[in-house]
Amino acid sequence: MDLYTEGDPIADAKAPDGPIETRWDRRRFEAKLVNPANRRKMTVIVVGTGLAGGSAAATLAEQGYRVRSYCYQDSPRRAHSIAAQGGINAAKNYRNDGDSVHRLFYDTVKGGDFRSRESNVHRLAEVSVNIIDQCVAQGVPFAREYGGLLDTRSFGGAQVQRTFYARGQTGQQLLLGAYQALERQIGLGNVEMNSRHEMLELVIVDGKARGIVVRDLVTGEISTEMADAVVLASGGYGNVFYLSTNAKGCNVTATWRAHRKGAYFANPCYTQIHPTCIPVSGDHQSKLTLMSESLRNDGRVWVPKAKGDDRAPRDIPEDERDYYLERIYPSFGNLVPRDIASRAAKNVCDEGRGVGPTNLGVYLDFADAINRLGRKAIEAKYGNLFEMYERITGEDPYEVPMRIYPAVHYTMGGLWVDYDLQSTIPGLFVIGEANFSDHGANRLGASALMQGLADGYFVLPSTIANYLAASPLDAVDASHPEALAARADVEDRITRLLAVNGDRTVDSFHRELGQIMWEHCGMERSEAGLRKAIDEIRALREQFWQRVRVPGDGEGLNQSLEKAGRVADFFELAELMCIDALHREESCGGHFRAEHQTPDGEAQRDDDRFAYVAAWEYTGTGEPAVLHKEDLKFEYVHPTQRSYK
Amino acid sequence: MNLTLRIWRQKGPEDKGRMVTYQVDDVSPDMSFLEMLDVLNERLILAGDEPVAFDHDCREGICGACGMVINGNAHGPQKMTTACQLHMRHFADGETIDIEPWRARAFPVVKDLVVNRGSLDKIIAAGGYITAPTGSAPEAHSTPVAKANADAAFESAACIGCGACVAACPNGSGMLFTAAKVTQLSLLPQGQPERFTRVIGMVDAHDEAGFGGCTNAGECTAVCPKGIPLNTIGRLNRDYLKATAKRGDNTPGS
Repeated sequence: MDLYTEGDPIADAKAPDGPIETRWDRRRFEAKLVNPANRRKMTVIVVGTGLAGGSAAATLAEQGYRVRSYCYQDSPRRAHSIAAQGGINAAKNYRNDGDSVHRLFYDTVKGGDFRSRESNVHRLAEVSVNIIDQCVAQGVPFAREYGGLLDTRSFGGAQVQRTFYARGQTGQQLLLGAYQALERQIGLGNVEMNSRHEMLELVIVDGKARGIVVRDLVTGEISTEMADAVVLASGGYGNVFYLSTNAKGCNVTATWRAHRKGAYFANPCYTQIHPTCIPVSGDHQSKLTLMSESLRNDGRVWVPKAKGDDRAPRDIPEDERDYYLERIYPSFGNLVPRDIASRAAKNVCDEGRGVGPTNLGVYLDFADAINRLGRKAIEAKYGNLFEMYERITGEDPYEVPMRIYPAVHYTMGGLWVDYDLQSTIPGLFVIGEANFSDHGANRLGASALMQGLADGYFVLPSTIANYLAASPLDAVDASHPEALAARADVEDRITRLLAVNGDRTVDSFHRELGQIMWEHCGMERSEAGLRKAIDEIRALREQFWQRVRVPGDGEGLNQSLEKAGRVADFFELAELMCIDALHREESCGGHFRAEHQTPDGEAQRDDDRFAYVAAWEYTGTGEPAVLHKEDLKFEYVHPTQRSYK
Repeated sequence: MNLTLRIWRQKGPEDKGRMVTYQVDDVSPDMSFLEMLDVLNERLILAGDEPVAFDHDCREGICGACGMVINGNAHGPQKMTTACQLHMRHFADGETIDIEPWRARAFPVVKDLVVNRGSLDKIIAAGGYITAPTGSAPEAHSTPVAKANADAAFESAACIGCGACVAACPNGSGMLFTAAKVTQLSLLPQGQPERFTRVIGMVDAHDEAGFGGCTNAGECTAVCPKGIPLNTIGRLNRDYLKATAKRGDNTPGS
């Protein structure tokens, strides 16, 4: 059976043309507005309260819409954006180092390996400067210079210092800013907050997204909530790998349920493997911890020159060390983009030069920086990261070099959206990591926070008005046949999961799925490996539905049941990721196909065949998905082979 | 390592709850405390028992979801460390470990080790913000902020809202949590216009939510995984005093 079929191409019907600097302005001007008196009568559902969802919910409420916000955590402040460490990019050019909106645009398109839309990326760069203003006004305590002005640093792959930061906790501080704006609207009665609620189905009426089915995770109650539009801000799907830097609860369920209802899923194989994470310590490992990429500004990455050299790092003399990033990429050195740094680490470990108990690790050494700047300066910059490293590993990185290894960190793929961030289902908008829009095949460091807040504070609140103003919607309630059917589907699925009563835990299946994905759909992919993975995933999925054991019932708090539903959706996504990776017979950004590399081992794109977005249409579990191609045109940034040498 | 765990089990808010003893063998010292509980839970599930419910998410000490009293200490024995970052190498082979939920009037138990901390969100909703609707912000560099103030604001803003301070306080007070936010925002020029209405709103919400009063016991800061200092409460008290003196006074320039 064919794994997929090809359907009609898809085009971004909302994409404006003309000079790229004027497109966002023009789109905003052409968009219809909703009269303030009418906004009060319109309800928008926002799923997720991270940077994108939190900022969108707060902003929509400020504008006068009625907002219903949902998160699975016990408080909106705990969404996983909180864990982002390094910083947020913005084209402020405060350093006078040659930065500009156009340069941030250019760097992002290039960094994404020419697999993103120019119009979207330019808008992101334009809006970036407003984000910093907004966050400062909210009281986000960014790092500052002695003169009282904002400090910036350079960050993975950028040659300008455009990254704003709050020690190693930038995501936390930005999220708390959005959370506080959201809490203000909750206090004013403009947002109805539903924490510990999980979206389990999308309700579509007359072809439009009109509501969601949610489960109250405390009482187990299933309810159907209707609205004029639905916004998904439910994050990425990195947890399909089981081990990732994502929080344990991060899941694909909201977007996958929407995909099953007709929203196309774009570029699912584009996943980012972050080069600087703490290596796995044993089978008990439940998640991986990121060490901020900012550490690569001052830390030097190396392995021993000799294979199997198991001397303590300090006993290995300078001339027996291979600072391989500085050697291979002299102009970018330790600051090459993430995909390149990750693959280089894999290569040296594959050569047998990895370090640590598992030999899956490389050193990140601060000895030079401490000699040059003094321990105090390093403490001020990275103190909390060093402490975190020591807590986890029991080793003091001021004395012994850190050991790091790549781990799954971010997913560039997501639901397909047009320029207005609307999916292929009218009325369903997708923002932040949950959509596919801005990062192409590889995201630059400090750009996730930028995109989440750009979407939530500035883009969606403008574009959603155009939809709401243009669509007089019939009044519908939870008794509509479509709403009842969606609810029945949710109840049926929960009943089925509880009824299996087999002999394996949900986690055991999730771990096994993760191993298949890491092995065959991780840092390096091949046709044979991907075909094998697809067979294994299908077999394991069948086992899951026959052998999983979910204890308890659906009536109250049941964390096993929550996990089971999420893992069931990961199984379906995993297959689509492998099919997408298999069909893309080129290497680009985070997608590296062993068959497609340059003579010196770099990613080899095939622009003639693959300069498109792969948007997948669901046709049924295990049925061939339909591929719709959106051609990418590059009018401003001419595709070249990326070179960081 | 082999461990004996005594864990608080409570089916729901109406259940009285009790300590139940479990034996967990073959624990690796490199496991985190929560990974050790994962191991227990997988064994319980396969044995046909209900796993222990506990809140957790990021497992890197920043989301604030996890929290449990371990051997009488909120987040366990290691200073400046959340339960998810606590590793088993800090325990001895053969040790008996008591694990209980946060206990405070404002944090009713949901199930086992899971409590409802929604009262903390209510404190923020009552004033823990700067009113700056999206789009209204001036250029970021139009108001410099002295580095010392920005740094001190950051120290207070590092609070993760886990609630350990409340669990450790003999009065079940949420004053360290409240004071951390008051301090952050009152140190910044952007926070000045709402400085006094904020502190009154937040303290009122704190009291209404069922938190106890602060008697400077200092247990809160001792267990805080982010090291929020006790002097934030002094700062809150000074602002509160000034604010109550001004209450109802809308005189320009006051």
